Amino acid sequence: MKKVFKMQDLDCAMCAEKMRARIAKLDGVQFVSVDFMSQRMTIEAEEKDFDALMDEIKRICKKIEPDCKIVC
Amino acid sequence: MKCQLSKKLRNNLIRICVVLAAFVVVFATDKAIGLAEAVGGKYGWLLPFFLYLGVYLAIAYDVLWKAVRNILGGELFDENLLMCIASLGAFGLAIFRSVKGMPAEGFEEACAVILFYQIGEFFQSYAVGKSRSGISELMDIRPDSANVIRDGEAISVSPEEVAIGELILINPGEKVPLDGRIEEGASSFDLRALTGESLPKDMGAGDMAISGSVNLTSSVKVRVEKEFHDSTASKILELVENAADKKAVAENFITRFARFYTPAVVAVALLLAIIPSVVTGDWISWIYRALSFLVVSCPCALVISVPLSFFAGIGAASRYGILVKGSAYLERLNKANIFVFDKTGTLTKGAFAVTKVVPEERWDELLHLAAMAEQGSSHPIARSICELAGECQSDCALVNEAGMGVIATSQGHEILVGNFKLMQAHGIVCYPAEDVGTAVYVAKDGEYRGYILVEDLPKDEAKEVVAALNASGKTVMLTGDNEAVARKIATELGVSAYKASLLPADKVDEVEALLAAKGKRDALCYVGDGINDAPVLMRSDIGVAMGGLGSDAAIEASDIVLMKDDLRALPLAKRIAKRTYAVVMQNIVFALAVKLVILLLSAFGITNMWMAVFGDVGVAFLAILNAMRVNTKRGYEAKSPKPKIAK
Repeated sequence: MKKVFKMQDLDCAMCAEKMRARIAKLDGVQFVSVDFMSQRMTIEAEEKDFDALMDEIKRICKKIEPDCKIVC
Repeated sequence: MKCQLSKKLRNNLIRICVVLAAFVVVFATDKAIGLAEAVGGKYGWLLPFFLYLGVYLAIAYDVLWKAVRNILGGELFDENLLMCIASLGAFGLAIFRSVKGMPAEGFEEACAVILFYQIGEFFQSYAVGKSRSGISELMDIRPDSANVIRDGEAISVSPEEVAIGELILINPGEKVPLDGRIEEGASSFDLRALTGESLPKDMGAGDMAISGSVNLTSSVKVRVEKEFHDSTASKILELVENAADKKAVAENFITRFARFYTPAVVAVALLLAIIPSVVTGDWISWIYRALSFLVVSCPCALVISVPLSFFAGIGAASRYGILVKGSAYLERLNKANIFVFDKTGTLTKGAFAVTKVVPEERWDELLHLAAMAEQGSSHPIARSICELAGECQSDCALVNEAGMGVIATSQGHEILVGNFKLMQAHGIVCYPAEDVGTAVYVAKDGEYRGYILVEDLPKDEAKEVVAALNASGKTVMLTGDNEAVARKIATELGVSAYKASLLPADKVDEVEALLAAKGKRDALCYVGDGINDAPVLMRSDIGVAMGGLGSDAAIEASDIVLMKDDLRALPLAKRIAKRTYAVVMQNIVFALAVKLVILLLSAFGITNMWMAVFGDVGVAFLAILNAMRVNTKRGYEAKSPKPKIAK
């Protein structure tokens, strides 16, 4: 399953890359892209893992850029 | 220029201006009268120190805080931390010198590092925000509401709530919310947001109203044919929003590069601070050089300017009704040098037109007979004949002869209209036409009356576009039509090669063969109308679908969609791709070169920290300005002389 999230106040390009690199390492994530310019994150994962993964992903993003919010 | 800053940015701008002013005042007085000397004594340096410290804290508090937070979070090579080390280090050195009784200087550099870093950050956010809003403005096609007519009354609802088959009212000035056919009324529609075409299009009953276009002149009623999530506006928005997934090689390269560039520079800075200092014992100047190194270590300029350039390129393209699904395709289009075209509907109009009428006796009689028989047919050839013949009676009884034509009986006369086989089957004496194209033979009561030649003509702009593309590569035409038709069109347009009599599956094989034969640096671009050629579009390096409006399959299968059915968009897209790529390359080379030079100079102690600040912020500034040049208001139209207007 593929989902696209909007990211509010994603202000630095390196942060986006850091998020991508960290999220890509998570078990169960098949594809991830964090785009700084369009402020969007695309995640592809099995549906059953999605909720658990999203918690982890939110934690990672929060740590890298505390101002940044993930909106569905 | 209209510029709306977000609240966060505006506050930041005010802070930067105030601090900058304070800094200039302190700096100017210090240079003019020498604050430390003015107070004098052993502790004279404390006055400039506290003044500069005030300035420093006002501008740097958030950077300091972020750095602390990131250390706690385990992020070591963070640009905030580097800036803090550099500026605090510079402060430390200045204090050390002052305590040792050397002239009190160096505080201003510590402030300047963070101050200019903040200015650079502000400018980046501004540029990125501006370029983002530019795109969303262009993509402002999302309809907010629909006036659906229920029980004779128009009520405003969200477009998602409208079902297929419902009637909606579109007033002048409103956006068409859903795709549908006009049932009542006629009006002009502005398709600029979709196709880049600035001339409004007149449409009336029976025409297709496309969501995202704007109704200009009068109210129309439209029968909805697609649900909101299937409508053109939704499809386009989806495409643009997902564009980010396909990143260009240059973009990926630069983010990977940044990941090891910063640690590497930090490591060198550390060595530079320790080894020569131990050897020479001159700790102050070597630590100073190492700090300058840290200032240049930030890769921001590169990391921001590359995606910004591609984003600007995609934005520029969308203004001309060219939708690019990701920076990767813009990059590949720049390299594209093998252009493969589908013939029908791409190089040609895809609509038949009568080009020749060859009667035995009178041409109007021939045309009339043919039109009578073809009246009821919706076949494109039949339509082209009826269009030329105009109104005529249609009281004849029709019998279809599959694969041959039609037999019409009217007022006791038998009219045969069809191909050469039909004539032979009915024993009509005639000769096959020698012209290239589709000949429609006509006979009346067993007597041959003549033939009508119908052709699919090339698009007006096709020749010029093929010539332009031949200049930078080669063009290949693929078609399912017969050899004679293919040869005629190919010669007329000047394509470098063609293949005729291909089934849809053969086209895939042809493209596979071309892909196998191409060199490493070549890129194959397939251009089709998206009908029947989805597999080929997906297989080629860059799949370009033409006339994307209204064809979902084309939008999905292709990498670049030309919304307007105009081939000239192809060389235009290539020009945009070329400019974008050139800017990306300029930025990478320029930024790296400047940084490298400054690194070397500061290693040898030739430059100072001011130079290093330029190496970081100045380069970012220039790179961003360069990136924004990609999406300028004009400059991509073909260079053709403007038509002279006779006075």
